[in-house]
Amino acid sequence: MSSITDIGPVPATRTPEGEEREPRKPRAGALLGLAAWLIGFLFVVPVLWMVLTSLHSEEDAATNPPSILAPLTLDGYQSFFGVGTGANPWPSLLNSLTASVISTIVVLVLAIPAAYALSIKPVRKWTDVMFFFLSTRMLPIVAGLLPIYLFAQWSGLLDNIWLLIVLYTAMNLPIAVWMMRSFLAEVPVEILEAASMDGAGLLLTLRRVVAPIVLPGIAATSLICFIFSWNELLLARTLTGTVAQTAPGYLTGFVTSQGLFLAQVCAAAFVVSLPVLIAGFAAQDKLVQGLSLGAVK
Amino acid sequence: MSTTLEAGRGRGQQPPTPPPPPSPPAGGALRRSADWARRAPLLPALVFTIIVTQLPFVVTLIVSFMDWNAYYPDERGFAGLRNYASVLTDVNMRRAILVTVVLTAVVVLVSLLLGMGIALLLDRKFRGRGVVRTMMITPFLIVPVAAALLWKHALFNPEYGLLNGMLTTVWRLFGSDSPPQPDWITAAPLVSVEVALIWQWTPFMMLILLAGLQSRPLDVIEAAHIDGATNWQIFRYMTFPHLRRYLELGGLLGSIYIVQNFDAVFTITSGGLGTANLPYVIYQTFYQAHDYGRASAAGVVVVIGTIAIATFALRTVSTLFQEENAR
Repeated sequence: MSSITDIGPVPATRTPEGEEREPRKPRAGALLGLAAWLIGFLFVVPVLWMVLTSLHSEEDAATNPPSILAPLTLDGYQSFFGVGTGANPWPSLLNSLTASVISTIVVLVLAIPAAYALSIKPVRKWTDVMFFFLSTRMLPIVAGLLPIYLFAQWSGLLDNIWLLIVLYTAMNLPIAVWMMRSFLAEVPVEILEAASMDGAGLLLTLRRVVAPIVLPGIAATSLICFIFSWNELLLARTLTGTVAQTAPGYLTGFVTSQGLFLAQVCAAAFVVSLPVLIAGFAAQDKLVQGLSLGAVK
Repeated sequence: MSTTLEAGRGRGQQPPTPPPPPSPPAGGALRRSADWARRAPLLPALVFTIIVTQLPFVVTLIVSFMDWNAYYPDERGFAGLRNYASVLTDVNMRRAILVTVVLTAVVVLVSLLLGMGIALLLDRKFRGRGVVRTMMITPFLIVPVAAALLWKHALFNPEYGLLNGMLTTVWRLFGSDSPPQPDWITAAPLVSVEVALIWQWTPFMMLILLAGLQSRPLDVIEAAHIDGATNWQIFRYMTFPHLRRYLELGGLLGSIYIVQNFDAVFTITSGGLGTANLPYVIYQTFYQAHDYGRASAAGVVVVIGTIAIATFALRTVSTLFQEENAR
């Protein structure tokens, strides 16, 4: 371990930006800022291209060189939603929404009490329990797929959205337990005790002390669980068919090229990604914490 | 899970343990009921997780020692190690193991390096830093199948993809009518999958490393500056050692997710052109060939590989975890 990390408690967050050290050579600093802009732009170009192409007509979308300034149209979105193609993505979008939202709610119902028993009133060996949860998230889903498939076949749950809900709950539970624990750990236990001694009611304590700390955490946790469920393909593809198909499963219909369909593909990719983009930007500040299972703040 | 227990015990010092549950002098029944009151909120989540995630693995382990093909239901029986022998000697399976290792290593290393460079750039103050950070996160917020479709059809396509379109534009600028128009996916199938994945995972690494950079104690770095340390010295002896565990964490978590990757391989090449990785081959063996025994043996191989990585990952997480709790 390095000497730096040993230096006592460090502030969890950096002090306001004004305190950063000034770059000594302003010109080099400007160049580095420009480089950051350039790289950021390069990374976002494919997404911008996707949105732009989705707004072109199929003829303009498939030109070489690209027709960047071609007139905009909603034809791509109309064909994705079935105008002239007869396609109907709504059932799969609704299935995705059902699976993601319900599994997220169940995850919270299970994870919040568990996180409470791992932080505020911890059970013995609570760290072992934490690492057990974490290890279940690290095992590859594909290795448990066959028994799950056989069970679904046997119980008649194939192509049933509730099976996906149960599996997505199990998939996200470890992340939620870790995240919620790290938020609950910030609740000052002394204040809880003092409040109860002063005779403050449980509801008052919850509202004044616990809620302000924990509610943002619950919001971030749900957004991240929602994203992971919405994105999932392998389980959805293996265990659902026509009835319970989810949006990523619907997208696999675009894997093989079908003539002029680029604008429609881009519209489809954008529509399906939109909920994740919204949830992700909303959870931006807590994204790292969720993705690193609460290990990084 | 044995890994859990090992990782849990092998952690060196225990993190600062919370005060032990109060043990009433009466002990015995009273204390036991207090213990259960503590455990009660934990149990639903724990039981649910054990049933849904551990039970299937036990079944996979059992099936991996069986002859079981859904096409020949009468020939079910004990196979001993035959499935493992066929997994480890079959050309396709060995190829899949190799592809999985190469894919994971390349994607993780390149996105870690890129992520670190970008995190260092974003750690500085400049105009529009928040905008650039948001732009950088965007690729990670595209649904993986959608991202793979985007790369396959809108960027790599040899006739109307953006890459070849830009080559045409640039060549025309210089008055040439015969720009190179490579068929990217056919020419370099694995690299195409890797590029698409690196694009999605660099933001993940960047976020973790940026969080690491921003948790540096700034006063110490300031002091080093005043003492005349150069930027390189500060990076080499202060920033890098501090970042090391964040690099490990990003690399290990990234490995765990990318070893399991199915979406990109399935979408971009459909497992063709020598890009089938283990998850894809397992999916194929059981979903299309219905060879349950072999698919399970391959699944166990993936689990063993993952446990090897996960043991390190758990150790790294627990180091960070302890520091977090020590604050």
